[in-house]
Amino acid sequence: MSTLPSTPQTPETGTARVKRGMAEQLKGGVIMDVVNAEQAKIAEDAGAVAVMALERVPADIRKDGGVARMSDPNMIEEIIGAVSIPVMAKSRIGHFVEAQVLQSLGVDYIDESEVLTPADEVNHSDKWAFTTPFVCGATNLGEALRRIAEGAAMIRSKGEAGTGNVVEAVRHLRQIKNEIAKLRGFDNNELFAAAKELRAPYELVKEVAELGKLPVVLFSAGGVATPADAALMRQLGAEGVFVGSGIFKSGDPAKRAAAIVKATTFFDDPKVIADASRNLGEAMVGINCDTLPEAERYANRGW
Amino acid sequence: MDNTPVIGVLALQGDVREHLIALAAADAVARPVRRPEELAEVDALVIPGGESTTMSKLAVLFGMLEPLRERVRGGMPVYGTCAGMIMLADKLLDGREDQETLGGIDMIVRRNAFGRQNESFEASIDFAGIDGGPVEGVFIRAPWVESVGAEVRVLATYDGHTVAVRQGNVLATSFHPELTGDDRVHAYFVDMVRTGL
Repeated sequence: MSTLPSTPQTPETGTARVKRGMAEQLKGGVIMDVVNAEQAKIAEDAGAVAVMALERVPADIRKDGGVARMSDPNMIEEIIGAVSIPVMAKSRIGHFVEAQVLQSLGVDYIDESEVLTPADEVNHSDKWAFTTPFVCGATNLGEALRRIAEGAAMIRSKGEAGTGNVVEAVRHLRQIKNEIAKLRGFDNNELFAAAKELRAPYELVKEVAELGKLPVVLFSAGGVATPADAALMRQLGAEGVFVGSGIFKSGDPAKRAAAIVKATTFFDDPKVIADASRNLGEAMVGINCDTLPEAERYANRGW
Repeated sequence: MDNTPVIGVLALQGDVREHLIALAAADAVARPVRRPEELAEVDALVIPGGESTTMSKLAVLFGMLEPLRERVRGGMPVYGTCAGMIMLADKLLDGREDQETLGGIDMIVRRNAFGRQNESFEASIDFAGIDGGPVEGVFIRAPWVESVGAEVRVLATYDGHTVAVRQGNVLATSFHPELTGDDRVHAYFVDMVRTGL
């Protein structure tokens, strides 16, 4: 991992190391979408490393249509009060006031999320301005690095939330990993042009080329519905997974949540994944992503 | 016997990679440990930072709890950071009711004692037994040690709270040296292990 500047003499909150370090603690884990305190407890019981508090899971946002916004502060506070694990919540892209509200509520991470309706079609929020760390979605390396330049302390590949279809998650994670691998092979002369092509700051591009990974933790999101899906994303290089609709839109959420946690830890052990996959009941009904109209593709949101 | 210790990092969940790197920098052979048979092959163990409730649950689910307790009782050197400190506490406050710990240090640890993520911080920490100035302390939703038994040595405090302790072969810190690139705490642990080999 990258070495950031040394410790200040007086205690300091909200440093890059503290924000990025928080995400390091979540690695190997599952972060679950929950819409109330009861679901949050089920997630915690199942071994989630954190929960994402939101009013509607992505599958319902798709179904209901309309503008999707930050959740009611009451609901977020209830969830914070119900569990002892970290609680995340979503702001709209570029809606820095929603982010200010979430920070004031004491959430542990803010997801500036394409699942909600964007508030700004040009700018994302300046995430350096916050003590609370941010996670952002990305479909490719340039997008990930632009978010990190804006202050994101964690990246998740976007996938296509609320579909129960892992195909876009695979596409985006592979894209990011392939672009990182390509940078590894570049010499110093080529990195300047690479930065231009990626539309990302040269310093970050150089850092990725040296590290062979992002300077922040990389999770996968958007379409994970089964233990094998979670293990697939881990084998493809995700350091952990977000599961949204996949758990609480399934027949037996508690069982499926625990099974996905197991498969995420033993992602390279097919026997464990097989055992975790037995008798889980109905999975969420999926959507074929190639039948999704462009306007309904959340992954296209974010710039 | 070769004097290079083989040190496992409990790899159920958490910042395993950073500990593997720090241990290698401190001249140990480091490897991840998820199964009882892997545990049997190491001289010592690091329990990383992570989410302690998840780690505890996975340890129970995958039959690691008893083998871990047995090795700790048998005198295997162990170092726990943050969630790892919680796992090594004989008694836990503000944990989940069903949360299992391994024990190993006669102490009461309060989980998330320093607050939520917005209160997470960095500060310089004077560490007894480590030369070269204070170590860099990165505290993330960190626990502190509420009280210790007579056999426990307090190695560091911050703002009146105990944040690093040692009892025999077992070491624990509230903070995360593995996130700093300063490997002196890991070197201190590797020395502990080497002395016992």
